[in-house]
Amino acid sequence: MSRLRILGARVLDPSRGVDERLALDIEDGRIAALEPSPVGPADQTLEVDGLWLVPGLVDLHTHLRDPGQEYKEDIESGTRAAAAGGYTRVCCMANTDPVNDSPAVTEFIQRRARQVAHVRVQVIAAATQGLRGEIMSEMASLAEAGAVAFSDDGHPIMDAGVMRRVLEYASGIDRTVISHCEDLRLRGSGVVHEGSHATCCGLPGAPAEAETVMVARDLELARLTGARLHIAHVSAARSVQMIAEAREAGVRVTAEVTPHHLALSDQEILGYDTNTKMAPPLRPARDREALLDGLAQGHLDCVATDHAPHALYEKDVEYSAAPFGIVGLETALPVLLELVRTERLGALQAIDVLSTRPARVLGLPAGTLEPGAPADLALIDPERIWKVDASALHSRSKNSPWLGRELQGRAVRTWVGGRLVHDLDEETRA
Amino acid sequence: MRHLLGIEDLSREEVVRLLDTAEAMLEISQREIKRVPTLRGRTVINLFLEPSTRTRVSFEIAAKRLSADAVNVSAAGSSLSKAETLADMARNLAAMNADVLVVRDRTAGVPQMLAERVRVPVINAGDGAHEHPTQGLLDAFTVRQALGGIEGRSIAIVGDIAHSRVARSDVHVFTKLGAEVRLAGPPTMIPVGIEQLGVKPCSSLDEALDGADVVCMLRIQQERLEGALFPGVREYARCWGLTRARLARARPDAIVLHPGPINRGVEIASDVADSEPSRILDQVTNGVAVRMAALYLLTGADS
Repeated sequence: MSRLRILGARVLDPSRGVDERLALDIEDGRIAALEPSPVGPADQTLEVDGLWLVPGLVDLHTHLRDPGQEYKEDIESGTRAAAAGGYTRVCCMANTDPVNDSPAVTEFIQRRARQVAHVRVQVIAAATQGLRGEIMSEMASLAEAGAVAFSDDGHPIMDAGVMRRVLEYASGIDRTVISHCEDLRLRGSGVVHEGSHATCCGLPGAPAEAETVMVARDLELARLTGARLHIAHVSAARSVQMIAEAREAGVRVTAEVTPHHLALSDQEILGYDTNTKMAPPLRPARDREALLDGLAQGHLDCVATDHAPHALYEKDVEYSAAPFGIVGLETALPVLLELVRTERLGALQAIDVLSTRPARVLGLPAGTLEPGAPADLALIDPERIWKVDASALHSRSKNSPWLGRELQGRAVRTWVGGRLVHDLDEETRA
Repeated sequence: MRHLLGIEDLSREEVVRLLDTAEAMLEISQREIKRVPTLRGRTVINLFLEPSTRTRVSFEIAAKRLSADAVNVSAAGSSLSKAETLADMARNLAAMNADVLVVRDRTAGVPQMLAERVRVPVINAGDGAHEHPTQGLLDAFTVRQALGGIEGRSIAIVGDIAHSRVARSDVHVFTKLGAEVRLAGPPTMIPVGIEQLGVKPCSSLDEALDGADVVCMLRIQQERLEGALFPGVREYARCWGLTRARLARARPDAIVLHPGPINRGVEIASDVADSEPSRILDQVTNGVAVRMAALYLLTGADS
């Protein structure tokens, strides 16, 4: 096997607190060496002065839509988008068609991923059968088939009794339950955050409490059961506070936040762009501030995209009728780099919450550049300015709120197990 | 002015221009032969995707008095029932060389969405709980007609503010023209953040009426009962219904408005609706004039 040497990069490895110019060697699909100056011969050398070399990003919240809704996205296109965004590993949610609540579907996704995926795919299976929130799924069999966690994402488990049993059962097989916290009754017909902007444009709103009452419930149930709970896409200031308090008290809880909740506020809804519609909704600036602080202080563990592709014609409808969700795999990195430029996060911290910490949340073997580890890497140009338009995105769907805007920072190369899966310059030349 | 999507987007000057133009249009409506050739050969499509009688008829009459051809498309007869998207339907209608698209829909933002997708001027005839700009304009026109001016007047708007597009357009039009606007209704019907529109929320009907020049009563939707926003019609009438006795708190020359259709004995007592202060039928008359003005200005017929 040949040895590839990457020279001149600023290497950021949050797993070991490394942030310095180092030479990195890849051989046999693994990181062979990471040294201040190169040792021994290499077959191929890449000079990347000024670029960042980081462990590949890890997404705990991706909707690949495969099987069943391949017109929105499939495993090939979704993982192509992931590679282009600097991701080397994505965890896909269970709301496929059929729902991933059986070992057969879990195995199908993994087999398909081995055939066509550009990055590593791990499966999050349904917590309850058919995502109906009534009878738990065959979690032990699903775990044996490869499921790394369980979630009814998009379909909150409304019955506290069912949620309690799901948490108990999952803890018995050492798996985390990921909860989409929204009380659907309190949300009612709400499609945006209830506040002055919703009032002004006449869209039905739901209060932040639709999230926080469910966060409170699930924290109490995690305390009761001793199970591991991961709260998906935290959007409200009060949620951050409750999570921090519960963790302080010994509850085994982790939490994620999306790039869009960190970057955008509910003011975005004023133009009725359906790419500002997602669940939970964009919140006021004060919630956004609390999310930024929560992430910087470690109360929120990681960033997850909630990449939710929808076809153009599905989003090109009345605001209230449009499906919830936006794509996010290709814009997450630049959005986080903007937070580094504005000094809300350190550079190492940004990579930590995008790579090392999400891997730790589910105990995945990723998020490190330690010699011997699989060569899952992203090479980032933090300065590159690019315009987010339909042709720039690799996802089959283009439902991004950043469409038409410029962002700064992009993954220029991505390797999975030493294999180059994304090369932006090659793409530009082609 | 390319479209009329909401009062919020208009400048004070544009509002005044619409109202002034409506004065001339009112004169046409009072003639024996109520028709001028101004928009001859133009086509106005009334796309009413939420059932409506009076607003649709008002727009239709307005178009006809200006000699435009008015075509009505309603939800039941539309191809939306054949799963065509709204955007596609509007593109098709616009492709028939319509000159104005008048849009009513139960969803906020639909007129704006269509305005971004077709090359035809769009008039919002009411979208969800967002705006109903021609209603706001006709209310302002009626107040100006009755009281001589709007600046410095106190306007009380009472009822289900949260679900009312009329309330939002009224708030924008009256605050733009320098009036003080008070809002009142059960707490379940006062939307979050409304005070940021520069209005004064009141906790009771009496507080809102105290010294008011204009009282706008909103229609209470019986179907809101299902949403559990108030316990029943009887209690609503008792707490929030306008009676002669309560109207006495307003200024002696105060006028009463209602966008219609009225629920007699619920939000407004029958005798108040039929009394001297009531300008409810003037509103209907003025509505045609205001819509003529909007059609006239948007088709560029003035230039």
